Amino acid sequence: MNEPLLRAASLGHETDDARLFHGLDLVLRGGEMVEVRGANATGKSTLLRCLAGLIRPGSGTVDVGVEIAYLGHRSGLSETLTARENLRWRLSLCSGRLDGNEATARIDEALVRLGIGHAGGRAVASLSAGQRRRVALAAVLASPARLWLLDEPLTALDDAGAALLTAEIERHLRNGGGVVAATHRPLGPRAMRTVQLGTT
Amino acid sequence: MNAFLTQLRRDLAISFRHGAEAMNPIAFFALAAFLLGLGQSTLRLDEAAAGALWVLALFANVLAVEGLFGRDREDGSLEQLLLHAKPLFAALLGKVAAHWMMSGLPIAALSPFVALLVDVPPDGMLVLALTLLLGTPTLALVGAIGAALVAGTGRGGLLVALLVMPLYVPTLLFGAGAAMTALAGGDPSAELLWLAALLAASITLAPFGVDAALRVGQEY
Repeated sequence: MNEPLLRAASLGHETDDARLFHGLDLVLRGGEMVEVRGANATGKSTLLRCLAGLIRPGSGTVDVGVEIAYLGHRSGLSETLTARENLRWRLSLCSGRLDGNEATARIDEALVRLGIGHAGGRAVASLSAGQRRRVALAAVLASPARLWLLDEPLTALDDAGAALLTAEIERHLRNGGGVVAATHRPLGPRAMRTVQLGTT
Repeated sequence: MNAFLTQLRRDLAISFRHGAEAMNPIAFFALAAFLLGLGQSTLRLDEAAAGALWVLALFANVLAVEGLFGRDREDGSLEQLLLHAKPLFAALLGKVAAHWMMSGLPIAALSPFVALLVDVPPDGMLVLALTLLLGTPTLALVGAIGAALVAGTGRGGLLVALLVMPLYVPTLLFGAGAAMTALAGGDPSAELLWLAALLAASITLAPFGVDAALRVGQEY
């Protein structure tokens, strides 16, 4: 079972005016978590986007063998639709094979787990920043992905929300999932490794 | 098929909730044609009227297509779409189809009535509607490539128009040509077949162009 979920070799990327990281190796197996640390503008988001496959790294290779769920700076939620409609769209994008009832059950469970079960029917435009973040995290929770890539997941979350997230991450790890999270605040005791950016 | 329908349904739901905004291209088309009709007493349009309506439909399309990816890019739905949609080209086709159903389709449906305003003879109306029905999806697909290219830069407007106008020309020529041939009493089937061929080509090719353009936009 412990085939690596993610294998990145000698990863490097630079923008026009800065070399963000180079020669970065990363292997992540089920049940493991990596925290990406570093000051602002050191390439945490870029690294995550490289791992997700949204941008091609300047050098090196990324090999992801499983489905991923990616939480970026932007929520990935349409303001016009309700929270539940957004999650429905996300879920049917990545796993069209789920039937309607099962998808609804997954979505409702994810929303309840993050403490926003009551807001499922409200338009995202009417939600607060913290609630939106919770809905965006619920999309990750509801997805069948084994590998979570979380970019600053704690942004706008209150303490209760952060605690819920930590608990969910631990549950995901226990179930054999993997997590790569870019964060300023430590997410929980389970962070086995830290990748520090911005020291070169 | 699943990705196509999923995306189509989502985008239609969003458009419907933005009701008034979705009416813009249609309102533009009808209003501009009305103004054209006002000038008719001094200006003889007749056959040229069909061509003029085609140009209006094209402008309406450029106006509408520009924002096709803007909102999705801002709220992050676009990166989720790029990451998860399987197959992506089906989802992109769904997106363009939803856009077309809110712009090109109503314009084509409305065109016989608008044609009355500019005195297009009755036998020309149906052919005009048919050319718009065949031509506007091509415009939407080609326009989507332009919209995808500028989505990454955060600019739009004139830039999209400049990018896609040259690509619109064949569709415009055959579309207006077919309508004018019919009005002159000829057989427009050659032009109509060309329009259909352009549509088939853009359905198969445009999604790949849109895909590539959107990925370039992710670099920034």
